[in-house]
Amino acid sequence: MKTGLQLLIAGLLVVGAQQAWAQVDALQLRSWAAACANCHGTGGVAQPGMASLAGGSKDDMTKMLLDYKAGRRPATVMHQLAKGYTDEQLEQIAGYFAALKK
Amino acid sequence: MQRRKLLKTAAAGSVLGALGLVSGCATSGGGSGPKVVVVGGGYGGATAAKYVRMWSDYRFNVTLVEPNAAFVSCPISNLVLGGSKTIADVTTPYDTLSRRHGVRIVRDMALAIDPEKKVVRLASGTELPYDRLILSPGIDFMWEALPGMARPGAQDAVLHSWKAGAQTVALRRQLEAMPDGGVYALSIPLAPYRCPPGPYERACQVAHYFSKAKPRSKVLVLDANDDVTSKGPLFKKAWADRYAGIVEYRPKHNLVDVDAAARTLKFEFNDDVKAAVLNVVPPMRAGDIAFKTGLATANRRWCEVDFLTHESKVAKNIHVLGDAIQAAPAMPKSGHIANQHGKTCAAAVVALLGGKQPNALPIYNNTCYSFVSDEDVVHVASVHRYDAAQKTMLTVPGSGGVSAAANELEGKYAMAWARNIWADTLA
Repeated sequence: MKTGLQLLIAGLLVVGAQQAWAQVDALQLRSWAAACANCHGTGGVAQPGMASLAGGSKDDMTKMLLDYKAGRRPATVMHQLAKGYTDEQLEQIAGYFAALKK
Repeated sequence: MQRRKLLKTAAAGSVLGALGLVSGCATSGGGSGPKVVVVGGGYGGATAAKYVRMWSDYRFNVTLVEPNAAFVSCPISNLVLGGSKTIADVTTPYDTLSRRHGVRIVRDMALAIDPEKKVVRLASGTELPYDRLILSPGIDFMWEALPGMARPGAQDAVLHSWKAGAQTVALRRQLEAMPDGGVYALSIPLAPYRCPPGPYERACQVAHYFSKAKPRSKVLVLDANDDVTSKGPLFKKAWADRYAGIVEYRPKHNLVDVDAAARTLKFEFNDDVKAAVLNVVPPMRAGDIAFKTGLATANRRWCEVDFLTHESKVAKNIHVLGDAIQAAPAMPKSGHIANQHGKTCAAAVVALLGGKQPNALPIYNNTCYSFVSDEDVVHVASVHRYDAAQKTMLTVPGSGGVSAAANELEGKYAMAWARNIWADTLA
């Protein structure tokens, strides 16, 4: 047990710094995406009457969000919300939901 | 035990902290993790409780202290006054939070906090120790601003119905009992108050009910503010087009006292108003527990927080959420925003107790729907982003906006919003 854990720690230390950065970004992205859950459900799995985002296509969702932002796609509210994010943020959030289970 | 010792020693190196192993190490004897106590099971507190459990991978102990048996939503509750919803339609039980997420729910009232000892004392006498305390106490009323409301029976006769539940049902009964031709008078306090568009939606809902059941009756809106504080043109259009002859709006009516027995409102500069049904939304401040703990440092009303973590600016390890905080510019006191505070705070508490940095750039949105009839809805939306220079949340330029006009499609989305936020908060 002790030996296994020491090995694990040694392994983690090798790639430590890089993973630490990756993890901070992942947590930030998780928080950004969680702000969508009020309407689109926890983890992007929606209750009836709203679109689920979990497991969708990253490309399709990114295009949709950018179209909302540019006013190319009609909406009641998403065109106003999409303008609050950079294109990169929208793409990252789409990627986050695409990676979640339906 | 050996494993814990080893990890504790190793955790002195900062890399391990960054990797998140410190939180595992902080797991104390008996398999219990850090203790997070949440006071208040509204949109802010219930969300925070759920998300601390989820985002700590169910390692942190979370206790939610809430006196009510079930969650009754303020959003949508004006429809109970309008008659198209019942109080059961806006009520959600708490048990999914415990069953699915392992939140320990204590049905009790928090009476006092000892920030030095890090303990919350409950009405039952129980003391709950915490590593981090999350307060989501909502609002309480500044009755001292309306001396007549202290008279015996006054608060039973003149309702606020600004905390959904028994008062919502009681106000609906008063409206049902009012003879046709009567006046319902709604007093609105100066901003800031909970739910900026709420009073104007309420005027629409009562007018909707009158238009169907008591067409000779009036809705008189007496607003302390200079003008409608939210979605003004949309509400005014609804009153003019749908409820002409029923709704009358009077701005700059600052209420200074209430004579409940004579059913009379008294104003700073205007003539008294007598009405069959009085509905007074009093001035308000952060909930009692935050106020008594000395956290309400902004005008002795609202709690100032660090928007990265929601930690109080005057008490370490105590986080405050929702309507109780001194809000950022253009940030409404809404259930939707309280839910966003809950997640922002949950992420920060999990990070801090795990020895990590909290997210340096929170971004979240507000969407608020108001029913101008039983079907048609108008919204206001905004996106809020942390500004490191000003250390507050600011709306993103060019984002947000309101509906072009009231419409039925958004009526459907409003109910879908409600189902989703109730599930995100409580299920």
